[in-house]
Amino acid sequence: MKARKHILTVLIYILLSVWGIMVLFPFYWMLLTSVKSYGAYNSEYIPEFFTLAPTLENYIEAFTAVDLARYFLNTLIFTVVTTAIMLVVIVPAAFAFSRLDFRGKNAVFTLFLALMMIPNELVIITNFQTITDMGLRNTFTGLILPSVTSVFYIYLLKENFEQIPDELYKAAKVDGTSDMKYLLKVMIPICKPTIITIVILKVIECWNSFVWPRLITDDKAYFLVSNGIEEIRENGFGRENIPAMMAAVVVISLPLIVLFIVFRKKIMEGVSRGGTKG
Amino acid sequence: MKKNGFKAWLYLLPAVIFLGVFMLYPLIDVFVYSFEEGYNSASQTYYGVGGYNYDYVLHDPYFMQALRNTFILVIITVPLSTGLALLISLALNSIKKLRMAFQTIYFLPYVTNTLAVGLVFMILFKKTAYSDGLVNVLINLFGGGSVDFIDGPYWAKMFVLCFYTIWIVLPFKILILTSALASVNETYYKAARIDGTSRWRMFTKITLPMISPMIFYLVITGFIGAFKAYSDSVALFGTDLNAAGMNTIVGYVYDMLYGDSGGYPSYASAAAIILFVIVLTITVINLMISKKKVHY
Repeated sequence: MKARKHILTVLIYILLSVWGIMVLFPFYWMLLTSVKSYGAYNSEYIPEFFTLAPTLENYIEAFTAVDLARYFLNTLIFTVVTTAIMLVVIVPAAFAFSRLDFRGKNAVFTLFLALMMIPNELVIITNFQTITDMGLRNTFTGLILPSVTSVFYIYLLKENFEQIPDELYKAAKVDGTSDMKYLLKVMIPICKPTIITIVILKVIECWNSFVWPRLITDDKAYFLVSNGIEEIRENGFGRENIPAMMAAVVVISLPLIVLFIVFRKKIMEGVSRGGTKG
Repeated sequence: MKKNGFKAWLYLLPAVIFLGVFMLYPLIDVFVYSFEEGYNSASQTYYGVGGYNYDYVLHDPYFMQALRNTFILVIITVPLSTGLALLISLALNSIKKLRMAFQTIYFLPYVTNTLAVGLVFMILFKKTAYSDGLVNVLINLFGGGSVDFIDGPYWAKMFVLCFYTIWIVLPFKILILTSALASVNETYYKAARIDGTSRWRMFTKITLPMISPMIFYLVITGFIGAFKAYSDSVALFGTDLNAAGMNTIVGYVYDMLYGDSGGYPSYASAAAIILFVIVLTITVINLMISKKKVHY
């Protein structure tokens, strides 16, 4: 009985390790390939599992041959501005739903919830036409505007706001505190963990967004990293320079991996509460 | 109470404006588009109203191919990824040492850029003039012949697409299932152990029923997500998915809208609505099954 249990434990660890390797291997491979020289990579008919002569030339190539720095900066601007505007939009809305009474509140909230079920694919066609008609293609405004609202985050925040005892609000009212001040000084600080979760989820979403930027930009000056990497894949570094391509992939993947390592607990918690992907 | 009305709407205003312009209006408009025949983007005129766009899309070989690809992808990846996630989560739940380390590693694909890491999968599977690629080297090692997984036979390409999709979606499923398993009350197991219940019986009679709501949640979101597959395919096969024969329904919508084959928002709208109807139907069926099967 004990021996059987032992074997089972070993089998479990083997299974877990196998999947662990499956997950890590692509990351190892991109890192490895990115430090192999162009000549060395192409002369390996059977790819080597390590390299004795690592080089940084591919990273230099990645930043000089294509405008990787620009894609990076664009994505950074896009992510920061989108997330900031989103907060300005969703925090007051969540506040109104959770603390203020007004006619039609339930109807509006139901409508909001119904919108949550609408897939992006359905509305993106008209949004594409709208932004094109407004002459906003290849602008940050065009990139950002349709991405700033999320009904789901309003819902998440509203639920959190509602957990704050009503007495606090009434006490503040008696003291003559304005709604805005109460929101900024009391509610937001109390709900900071949820807000941070929302921000992180939005940042991941922005950093990886591909479809909308692809529709709305064809000028390389406004490419985000996803579109940049697609451009590199299609038109490459002039020749089939896979090590340079992998260097670009490493550079693009790094920010989110660093973010993940720093905020691991918050991210995993946040995703299990409000993540969708897959 | 009434006094608050104006102020409340002021707080809601930004959200209402953005949702109105970029969700509510487009939602109505997409149906309008889909029934306008012969719509011209440049002049914004159309000939008539009717079901021609749907007829066109449903008879377009590219759409049928995209439909076929998407269904194959869904049928393969949803059960496989859910099953695999359950297996891995059960394994994770039964160990103590290294559990956090494994959990962290397994989550990594979630935070990576689908397009970027897709390139790594491409070079692992691709056969070029210089090298057959690592996967083919491994196949050769076991005595098989090299296959071009990126530009080769249909099922080789479909295999890579399914493999990559599963790799991408597993982190979310593992995360949800591990927390579901961890929340099953320990006393049930203790009671079962006293009664001398076998491991398998404990799994089917306690664990599975307790986590069944989460499994169904994953199946439903899995179906929805897989039906919307697109960027994984782009990452592996490039943007010209019709030529590669690996297009998906969402890919078809975007191709109709934009790019070399674009400029047909009416066809795109019709295809998007067909997709929506399919997803809605499947979700309703799933919900009906889950009502019957989920214990709670």
